[in-house]
Amino acid sequence: MKNEFKVIADLIEKDKKVLDVGCADGTLMKFLKDNKNINIRGLEISKDKVQKCIAKGLTVIEGNAEKDLIQFPDKSFDYVVLSQTLQAFLNPELVINELLRVGKKAIVTIPNFGYWKIRLHLLIKGTMPITKTLPDEWYNTPNLHMCTIKDFVHFVKSKNLKIFKSIALNNENVSSINDANLGVKNLFADLGIFLIEK
Amino acid sequence: MNTELNLKTLIVKKPLKLDCGKTINDFPIAYETYGTLNEKKDNAILVFHALTGDQFVTGLNPITNKDGWWSYAVGPDKAIDTKKYFVICSNVIGGCLGSFGPSHKDPVTQKVFGTNFPVITINDMVNAQNNLLDHLGIDKLFSVVGGSMGGMQVLQFISNFPDKAKTVIPIACTSSHSAQNIAFNELGRQAIAADSNWNEGNYNFKDTIPNKGLAVARMAAHITYLSKKGLQEKFGRKLQEREDLKFGFDADFQIESYLRYQGSVFVDRFDANSYLYITRAMDYFDLSKQFNGNLSNAFKESKAKFFIISFTSDWLYPTQENKDIVIALNAIGADVGFVEIESDKGHDSFLLDVPDFLSALKNFLDKSYIEN
Repeated sequence: MKNEFKVIADLIEKDKKVLDVGCADGTLMKFLKDNKNINIRGLEISKDKVQKCIAKGLTVIEGNAEKDLIQFPDKSFDYVVLSQTLQAFLNPELVINELLRVGKKAIVTIPNFGYWKIRLHLLIKGTMPITKTLPDEWYNTPNLHMCTIKDFVHFVKSKNLKIFKSIALNNENVSSINDANLGVKNLFADLGIFLIEK
Repeated sequence: MNTELNLKTLIVKKPLKLDCGKTINDFPIAYETYGTLNEKKDNAILVFHALTGDQFVTGLNPITNKDGWWSYAVGPDKAIDTKKYFVICSNVIGGCLGSFGPSHKDPVTQKVFGTNFPVITINDMVNAQNNLLDHLGIDKLFSVVGGSMGGMQVLQFISNFPDKAKTVIPIACTSSHSAQNIAFNELGRQAIAADSNWNEGNYNFKDTIPNKGLAVARMAAHITYLSKKGLQEKFGRKLQEREDLKFGFDADFQIESYLRYQGSVFVDRFDANSYLYITRAMDYFDLSKQFNGNLSNAFKESKAKFFIISFTSDWLYPTQENKDIVIALNAIGADVGFVEIESDKGHDSFLLDVPDFLSALKNFLDKSYIEN
């Protein structure tokens, strides 16, 4: 399982109720269910991936996070997870609001557009950056709203949301982000993981 | 009908009060079982059939001499694996394959009921079938599953008996018959009523059967079970055994011939009055109305695991109506999964060889059974 999922799993206590939004093939869900006795649900837009989740015995609802979160009652999950999908929504702000309505807490991970390799790519090559976490060309990427770790932290603060944990990931390296090292992490982490609450 | 056949039948002694107010007792429920009930009695699956289905889910149907209606899904090593599960299916009351219906004789008058048979509902159907579980000694089913009207029965069953099933699989159905659904059913009923042989429901079963009306009802309904794309791909404007148009009203087009054939084979196995009664039961189905407009309340007593399946090209019970059930379940935090299967085969997809559907059904059942 990828490092990102290990970090997310560590943020969630045992026996909780969790919704994984954009749960893909259910890898994280399966891990949480098997290892932490999590009552886990998934929401996934791709029919193929929904089938993969069903084959793993996971409870998944085929649906679109921008339209279908509305059906879940307020605070009906302890945690709502959104892994590397925020940038692909038409209206990320609305999705964050929905995550925090449905979940008591939300775990959001973002590919960091401030990562040095991305900056360098744009600076040297002058073309849209392509990296391991952002593998698509500008014309076929699902990503509409890329942001940096710094952008996300600013956004969360401006909306008066609480950040419980901010974690920077660079390959195998896991470190925490704070006000003092924000600039550095924004340069050297390719992924940011945030535990937030309204 | 078909009383000469040796159908497996339970005579229900316990009186059953119907929604219409009448009470029936000593009535027959014809059923079939497949596979073996294990010692723990935890592997039973109750399958509910659709409008024109019957208890012969799989294997050879002795009435039609064709495969059972759900042979793609049910059988050894199939999605509903009869090597593993004990599958039960019974003919609905109001039907015409052995269960209490309008072709039976009224014990009081000794005349065939015809339209004197009481109007029944989906609720009555599942309450009647529940007696079968008592008879078979099953306290809790592993699953209740059905498509179309079978799905409606699934929903009603878990609402009536919230503890009686561990998993619940309504397929290609609705919690409330729409105006369009009712309209198509009314078209079928009026086709039957327009056949002079129908005679207000009083026909003998020998030479004055309203076959023409029933065939037209079936033809109209059959169109609603397919998709425009599916029809176009299968038939297009292909001509039926002829080089050119004949400038007449014979079946020039293959689609005409196909529908006529569907109508003609249907009348051999189905009773026109049963068609009226069962379509009426579907039209009356409105589960949320039973709970004062709040569908969630229909399920709030149940801890079962739900899995809802719809099909992209099903315009009779479209995805949104299936999703409404998912939404109602999510509103009460129920364990509910949902998938919409890509298929061009229309509403009939659930009866056909649609691999994504069959694998989803199999995976859901088998994984749930392991966790059981």
